[in-house]
Amino acid sequence: MKDPRLMEISVGAFVAIGLAALLLLALKVANLTQFSPPPGYEVTAYFDNIGGLQVRSPVKMGGVLIGRITHIGFDSKRFQAVVTLRINQIYDGIPSDTAANVYTAGLLGEQYVGLEAGGDDTSLVAGDEITITQSAVVLEKALQEFLYNKTAKSSSPGS
Amino acid sequence: MTGLLADLGRASLGVCERLGRGHLFLLQIFLGLPSLARRPRLLMVQVWSVGVQSLLIIVVAGTFVGMVLALQGYNTLVTFGAEQSLGVVVAKSLLRELGPVIAALLFAGRAGSALTAEIGFMKATEQLSAMEMMAVNPVHRIVVPRFVAGVTAMPLLATIFTAVGILGGHFCGVGLLGVDDGAFWSQMQAKVMLVDDVLNGVLIKSLVFGFVVSWIAVFEGYDAVPTSEGVSAATTRTVVHSSLAILALDFILTGLMFN
Amino acid sequence: MRNPDPPIVCIRDLRFQRGARLIFDGIDLDIQRGKVTAILGPSGTGKTTLLRLIGGQLAPSGGSVLVEGQDVQQLGQSALYTLRKRMGMLFQSGALLTDLTVFENVAFPLREHTNLTPALLRSLVLMKLEMVGLRGARDLYPRELSGGMARRVALARAIALDPNMILYDEPFSGQDPISMGILVRLIRELSDALGLTSVLVSHDVAETNSIADYIYVLAGAKIVGVGTPAQLQASSSPMVRQFMGGLADGPVPFHFPARGYLEDLLAPTP
Repeated sequence: MKDPRLMEISVGAFVAIGLAALLLLALKVANLTQFSPPPGYEVTAYFDNIGGLQVRSPVKMGGVLIGRITHIGFDSKRFQAVVTLRINQIYDGIPSDTAANVYTAGLLGEQYVGLEAGGDDTSLVAGDEITITQSAVVLEKALQEFLYNKTAKSSSPGS
Repeated sequence: MTGLLADLGRASLGVCERLGRGHLFLLQIFLGLPSLARRPRLLMVQVWSVGVQSLLIIVVAGTFVGMVLALQGYNTLVTFGAEQSLGVVVAKSLLRELGPVIAALLFAGRAGSALTAEIGFMKATEQLSAMEMMAVNPVHRIVVPRFVAGVTAMPLLATIFTAVGILGGHFCGVGLLGVDDGAFWSQMQAKVMLVDDVLNGVLIKSLVFGFVVSWIAVFEGYDAVPTSEGVSAATTRTVVHSSLAILALDFILTGLMFN
Repeated sequence: MRNPDPPIVCIRDLRFQRGARLIFDGIDLDIQRGKVTAILGPSGTGKTTLLRLIGGQLAPSGGSVLVEGQDVQQLGQSALYTLRKRMGMLFQSGALLTDLTVFENVAFPLREHTNLTPALLRSLVLMKLEMVGLRGARDLYPRELSGGMARRVALARAIALDPNMILYDEPFSGQDPISMGILVRLIRELSDALGLTSVLVSHDVAETNSIADYIYVLAGAKIVGVGTPAQLQASSSPMVRQFMGGLADGPVPFHFPARGYLEDLLAPTP
């Protein structure tokens, strides 16, 4: 304890362990997602209803994460939600007639934007708008429709 | 009735006076900071005594807290079939709350009380007085290195606590309860944000806690009544006041950061 | 004053109050350069307070304390610290730094105030320790020392910066006869060999008489007697006689001030 050399070494080790722990938190736990976003380009999409979509929600194509949502706004002229999607630069060949849907991962999972490729020859570039969109499925609405159909079906043969 | 009011008044004045002295003392500490730059060795010795000496309790406590979190989280999540999210639950609760708060509470009990007792003892045995007579400013020589060491060591300890806790949660969740290893990490990585959770959660919170605990500890020691009872009462006050301050500040910081 | 030199410490009309209690009520006191001046008085008369006033650790309620011609109260912190480097103080408890060895304790003021090479520092510290006869104890910690040894180490530390003046706070209290003898010899030697001015406060009449050049007797917040030991022994003042002779009761009352005994006993319990 009184050996100054030993004390120096242990303090050095302490600081090193602390920094290693920080590195673990940054790399392994947080995966540096927010720190250095990969280069990408932004496109917008209008939705009637975005459900529980949030900034930083994933954008997926074929189930693979290709970008994240960077901004959500409301267009007061079209009465629709404007969502800005940032797509990683490496995925630059996405057809311009691609459709964007709001999906839910599993029954209770988080919501994300899923892209489904179209067949156009031109690709999406920064500033483009995705025109074909499908809104989030609102659970109450879906249940309502389901029950309505059910009662309609079950009552029609009876009458 | 007037007696009661007078007591209340005297008590409030006493609290105000102590608060005032505490802040003046903090000012003295800040004024003494340049003196530490010339003597970095003093800081190293104190980092050793408040940081390295607290490492064991932090690592052990962190491991167990992480394991318990995984165990409890698993039992709840498995009823929803969402045990894949165990990594997120463990990591988020440790990063945002349990890591900095429990590490700070342990720090107050382990290092804060020791700081108060040490400085109080030095005051009671006239060591501080003797320094003054040797033309050595005891605030610069004794208080400043201990304060700075506390402020520096706390974020390191909280980070270590959190990291070890996540590893403990991984051990318990993946190793013992059979959660998928890949899902544990990938779900965590998808949900944990560097700025929100790691920087704001662990680092900023623990820096604030370290500042407050060290401040309370050195002030209580320096302000202690120079007798055995005085020092023991000051030590108790350090632990009680630091713990309350940590919990109250945690509430405020959480409100500011995560809303 | 036979000495033509101006006194190193010059106290005029000093008043000091702690709470409602008046500790000093207009004290005049001179300390001559190179002499051993003792301040004798019963316990609780504020002798330690007097030393702290000289060292500038306390502020008087009135009057002035001049050390080497400078008013201690008017000095800023850096000037006060410069002055204190020329002043050593031996605390009653020794006040050694408990986490440092004997060697490091003596080296402490040197390390703080000088930039000596390690070799020079070592020789200086060993010289100081040799002076108090504890060169062999350099690696011990304060907890391993007896009270007398701790005080000798503290003395070595007090003279580390070669001060002009040393203030001794009750150097003899609680010492066995042997360490008392050693301390008496040390104080005298330091004073004679190095020309140090010594100020010592004490209530040990015999030891003080044996080494002091001048004695001030303090009682009831005032100076009641001044002079060489021989003059004081021959004094006719009842206060001085009581103290020098060690009588239990006299002008310095045996009882702490209180209301009448009978009145106190008959008073209703609050």
